[in-house]
Amino acid sequence: MYVAVKGGEAAISNAHRLLADRRRGDRSLPSITIDQVAEQLGLAVDRVMAEASLYDRSLAALAVRQSRGDLIEAIFLLRAYRTTLPRFGSSVPLDTAEMQVERRVSATYKDLPGGQLLGPTFDYTHRLLDPSLLSDEAVEEPARRNAGDEQIMRVSDILAHEGLIEADGELPQDHQAGDLTREPMEFPMSRDLRLQALARGDEGFLLALGYSTQRGYGRNHPFVGEIRIGEVEVEMDVPELGFAVSLGHIRVTECQMVNQFKGSSKAPPQFTRGYGLVFGQSERKSMSMSLVDRALRAEELGEDITAPAQDEEFVISHSDNVQATGFVEHLKLPHYVDFQAELAMVRRMRADIEGARDGETEMKDAAE
Amino acid sequence: MDAAEQTLPAEQAGRRRCVSLLAGAIAGELHAAWDALKDKPETKPVRGPETGLVMVRGRIGGGGSPFNLGEATVTRATIALASGTVGHAQALGTDKQKVRLAAIFDALWQEDATREHIESRLLTPIENRIAAENKAKAEETAATRVDFFTMVRGED
Repeated sequence: MYVAVKGGEAAISNAHRLLADRRRGDRSLPSITIDQVAEQLGLAVDRVMAEASLYDRSLAALAVRQSRGDLIEAIFLLRAYRTTLPRFGSSVPLDTAEMQVERRVSATYKDLPGGQLLGPTFDYTHRLLDPSLLSDEAVEEPARRNAGDEQIMRVSDILAHEGLIEADGELPQDHQAGDLTREPMEFPMSRDLRLQALARGDEGFLLALGYSTQRGYGRNHPFVGEIRIGEVEVEMDVPELGFAVSLGHIRVTECQMVNQFKGSSKAPPQFTRGYGLVFGQSERKSMSMSLVDRALRAEELGEDITAPAQDEEFVISHSDNVQATGFVEHLKLPHYVDFQAELAMVRRMRADIEGARDGETEMKDAAE
Repeated sequence: MDAAEQTLPAEQAGRRRCVSLLAGAIAGELHAAWDALKDKPETKPVRGPETGLVMVRGRIGGGGSPFNLGEATVTRATIALASGTVGHAQALGTDKQKVRLAAIFDALWQEDATREHIESRLLTPIENRIAAENKAKAEETAATRVDFFTMVRGED
């Protein structure tokens, strides 16, 4: 028998009112503005955009504020919002070679065209808490230096000249880029779909998997060929005009991981590659993504699949934190009837066992 | 962008530059240019302004086959002037007022009588601002370039 129960409206309404109060916090402090979140907590905003798979700084900042800084909740809010909008079309693929670079480093070449550009990095800071941020001290303007017009060449293009590295990933000519938001997931998956899933995947999950490959669970001998962060132009073909026009710029982080490869029955010894591309400034996520992208190419490259990071179905099915949190957190919702049924069943099983044991004891007593 | 511009006829290339610069405009620039217009044109909405999504695509390895990276909000608008000239605009984000004004300026740019005004009052300043911002960013980044030098070792 299934019994529906009603109730809790007043409790829910008051709970949400209490949530709004706690979100606002101490009223004697000024309330935080969306612009302040977008400007001063920019990397939190970037993470929300990346994992919500929706680029919009203002809306992501709103989501961060609304969620009290719970980033997975913010990601959920932004994902829900995107479902309310129609899709106008697809962009022309981004050209990351034309990026206005804000940071670019390579761990494989010291002197490379364009140089090592550190940009606004946490690297080489001492990770000491900075008491100057306790107050509102004036901050220096950035230093400047003549930029020159040297092209910031892609590291993969440098290595390509020697023929020792595989090319950028090409799928068959007639392959249409798949879209996870339109078609149900099926395994095995093509690399374009995997990259879409990884680009929106949970940073912590991908970080842990990337780390596991370094610790020996599917080791793939990585070097950071290049990381670049900066703004790229988004262009779209507009049928009304008959040509592609700029829609504006977005900031992305790209990681080219270069992996030493001994060769297999399917491929000769060479450097293989893993690729990471993420909305916003997120070096850790793009590096993790490229490690996992490379690990998931095990089958294609004829490697043994021995580790979790190489298991496509396992990785892709569990990388989405909105799905994951939905299923884990639903456990807290009322399961009263399910639990009553389970309780009755355990009682019955217990009674059966005890009944059988009593029966045995009586038999023994009778025999003695 | 350069390659595409070279293959387009001059008129289309000019329109493309206009539409792209209007997409890169700050709302304030468009509002100021609108306020400065002496004869504000009659306009009629054809479509929008409406907000939707564009699926942003990347390429595997940077230059390989396309894949879907994620979506971005985009707002577009189409308007018509009394003369029948149709203006069209689209820009990332959700600012409908900004995009509606951009569509009007796109239409005015196509009219011989107002093109020069739009060029000098709006497009050139936007272009200069963007160039100055890009130069500043490039110089700030260049200041963080590592200059390697070899340590002179103690032994002879």
